[in-house]
Amino acid sequence: MPERTMIEISRVTRSYGAFKALDETSLSIREGEFFSLLGPSGCGKTTLLRMIAGFDTPTSGTISVDGQPMDGIPANRRPTNMVFQSYAIFPHLNVEQNVSYGLKRLRLNPSEEQRRVEEALAQVSLGGLGKRGATELSGGQRQRVALARALVMRPKVLLLDEPLSALDKKLREQMQVELRRLQQAVGITFILVTHDQYEALAMSDRIAVMFGGRIAQVATPKEIYQRPTNCQVADFLGGMNFVKANIVEENGSTITLDTPVFGRVKTDKPVAFARNGNAATLGIRPERLRVLWDDATDKHEVAGKVVDRHYFGEITHLVIEIPGFEKPLSVTETNNFGADDIPVGAPIRLAYDPDALVALAD
Amino acid sequence: MTALRKMLPSWLTAYAVLYIGFLYLPVIFLPIFSINTAATPKFPLSGYTLKWYRDLATTPALTDAAWNSLMVAVSASLLATMFGICAARAITRYRFPARRSINGLLMAPLVLPEIIIAVSMLLVMLQLGLNLSLITVVFGHVLICIPYSLSVLTSGFEGFDRSLEEASADLGESPFGTFRRVTLPMVAPAIISSLLVSFTISLDEFIMAFFLTGTDATLPVYIWGQLRFAAKLPGVLALGTLLLIASVILLTIAEIVRRRASRRTQNMGGLIA
Repeated sequence: MPERTMIEISRVTRSYGAFKALDETSLSIREGEFFSLLGPSGCGKTTLLRMIAGFDTPTSGTISVDGQPMDGIPANRRPTNMVFQSYAIFPHLNVEQNVSYGLKRLRLNPSEEQRRVEEALAQVSLGGLGKRGATELSGGQRQRVALARALVMRPKVLLLDEPLSALDKKLREQMQVELRRLQQAVGITFILVTHDQYEALAMSDRIAVMFGGRIAQVATPKEIYQRPTNCQVADFLGGMNFVKANIVEENGSTITLDTPVFGRVKTDKPVAFARNGNAATLGIRPERLRVLWDDATDKHEVAGKVVDRHYFGEITHLVIEIPGFEKPLSVTETNNFGADDIPVGAPIRLAYDPDALVALAD
Repeated sequence: MTALRKMLPSWLTAYAVLYIGFLYLPVIFLPIFSINTAATPKFPLSGYTLKWYRDLATTPALTDAAWNSLMVAVSASLLATMFGICAARAITRYRFPARRSINGLLMAPLVLPEIIIAVSMLLVMLQLGLNLSLITVVFGHVLICIPYSLSVLTSGFEGFDRSLEEASADLGESPFGTFRRVTLPMVAPAIISSLLVSFTISLDEFIMAFFLTGTDATLPVYIWGQLRFAAKLPGVLALGTLLLIASVILLTIAEIVRRRASRRTQNMGGLIA
C-alpha cells in the first residue's frame, strides 16, 4: 500500500481566550487509513475534526489535505465530508433529496445523479427507501442516510464525529463492523472521533489518544493497548494494574525496572518515555494475569488473597491482595474453570507473562 | 367534603362560562346591531337589513381609509419581519457583548406606554423635517411590530439545529445557497407567522396612526372620526363586523401554520435527540 499522506496537521493550536482546546498538535494521516481520534470529552478531538472540516479555524498552525493547505478555504470548498453526531438530516427533505443535496451543486445529468444516489444508498443498505421522509426514519437509518449523503460526494476524507454514540449497544456493534467494511470497500480515508476505546480499537488502523489538547500517543490499536506510552493512556484504554517501580537502568530502547514481587523487569522503553527522577510505573492488564489452579505452577507466579469478586457473565473480576504491593491487583478470568466460585478470602496464586509487563512514564 | 367536591366543578364551569361571556358578548353585539334597521343600537331590533354594508362600499372616505390601512399594514409587516429576521438570527445564533440588553431594548416598545412612543416619534419626525404621511405611520408601526415579530421569530429560530447549516456547507453549498435551501424552508412558518401577527397589529393600531398620519386616515382613525356622529354608528358596526371576520380568517391561517410548524419542530426534535 502506498504510504501517501492525506492529512498533514502541523503545529496546530486553537485557543479560546486563555484556554487552549488544542496545543501545538502535529499529526499525519495516510491515504486510505481508518484513523481514530480517541479521548475523553474536552480533549480537543472534536475541535481538531471541525478544523479539518473547516467549521473552526486554527489560531496558529496549518492543516493540509492531500497536499493543499486549507488556510482560508471555507468548509464548502474542502474535499472533506462529515457525518455529524446529530446526523443533521434535513427534516424537510426525503432520503433521496438528502443524499442528492450536495450533488445538485455539481449539475450532473439527472440519470447520472440518480445512479450515484442509488449507489450510495445501496452501499449503506438503504436501497428502496429513497422516497421515505427524513422524519420517518429510525436512529440507525438516519445514521445510514448521513453516511450515504457524505459518501455520494466521493470525498478525499470522510470525517465522523461520534457517529455511533446515539445508537443502542447491539446496533452500535453492528455498525462498527459495517463502517469498517464500508471503509475498506470505498478506500476513502476515514477519521473517526470517539470517546469509546472499544470502538476505536475495533475499527481503526491507527489511533491517536488525546488528553487536554495534546496527542499522547499515536499507534496501531494493538500497540496502543499493549504498549501504552504512559499511565494516562494505559488507564483510558481499559483496566490496568499499576505497580510503583524504580528505574535501575535505561539505555536506547530498553529499560530495567525494580519492583516489589515481580523483581527486576527488563522491557521495551516507551517511545516518548519522559524520565522523571528514578520513579516509574510498571503496568499489567488484568486479563494478562492467570489464576493457577490446584497444583499448577509457573515460572512467574505471585501469591495473594482474594479480597473481592465481581461477576460479569462471561468473565469474573477478582481483586487480589498481594503482600508487598500497595494496591491489590485486578484480574479478569473467564468463567470456564470456575473463577466465579472462588470464595472471597481464599488464598490464590497467579501466573504472569513477563512480556505483558510494560514500563510506563508517570 | 364530597358534596363540596361535587359542587366545585359546576361552580368552575359557571365561572368559565361567565368569563367567556363577558369577553365575547360585546363582540357578538357587533354583527347583531350591524344588520339592524334602526341607527341606535338597542333591543328589540326593529328589523333586518344589509343596507349598512351596501353603504360601506359607496363611502369613498372609508374605502380610501381601508386601502391606506392595507398599504400600511403590508409595508409595516414586511419591514418589521425583515428587521425581525436579522435581529432574531443575530440573537439566537451569535454570542456578542450586550446581547441580552440589545434584545431587551428591541422588546421595550411592548411595555412602554404607546402614547409616549407616539409623541416621541412625532417629535423626531418633525425634527427630521419629514412630512407626516402614511410613510411616517409605517415607521411607527414597524417600531411597535418588531417586538412581536422578534419573539415569534426567535422561538422559530431557536429550535433550529445549527449542524443542519454546517451539513449544508459541508456538502458544498455556499452561504447564500444554504440559507435558501435549508434555513429558509425550516424557518418559513415562523416568518409567515410573524407577517400575519405584524399585519394584524398594524391594521388595528390607533394611537401611532392618529399621531403620525397626515391627511390620510387609516381605518381605526377613520372609525374614531365617525364615532362622533350617531347616525354613522351602524356603518361603523358593519365595518367592525367585516374586520372581525377578516381577523378570524387571518388568525385561523396563522394557527394552521403554527401547528404545522410545531409538528415539524417536534419531528426535528426527534431527529436531534
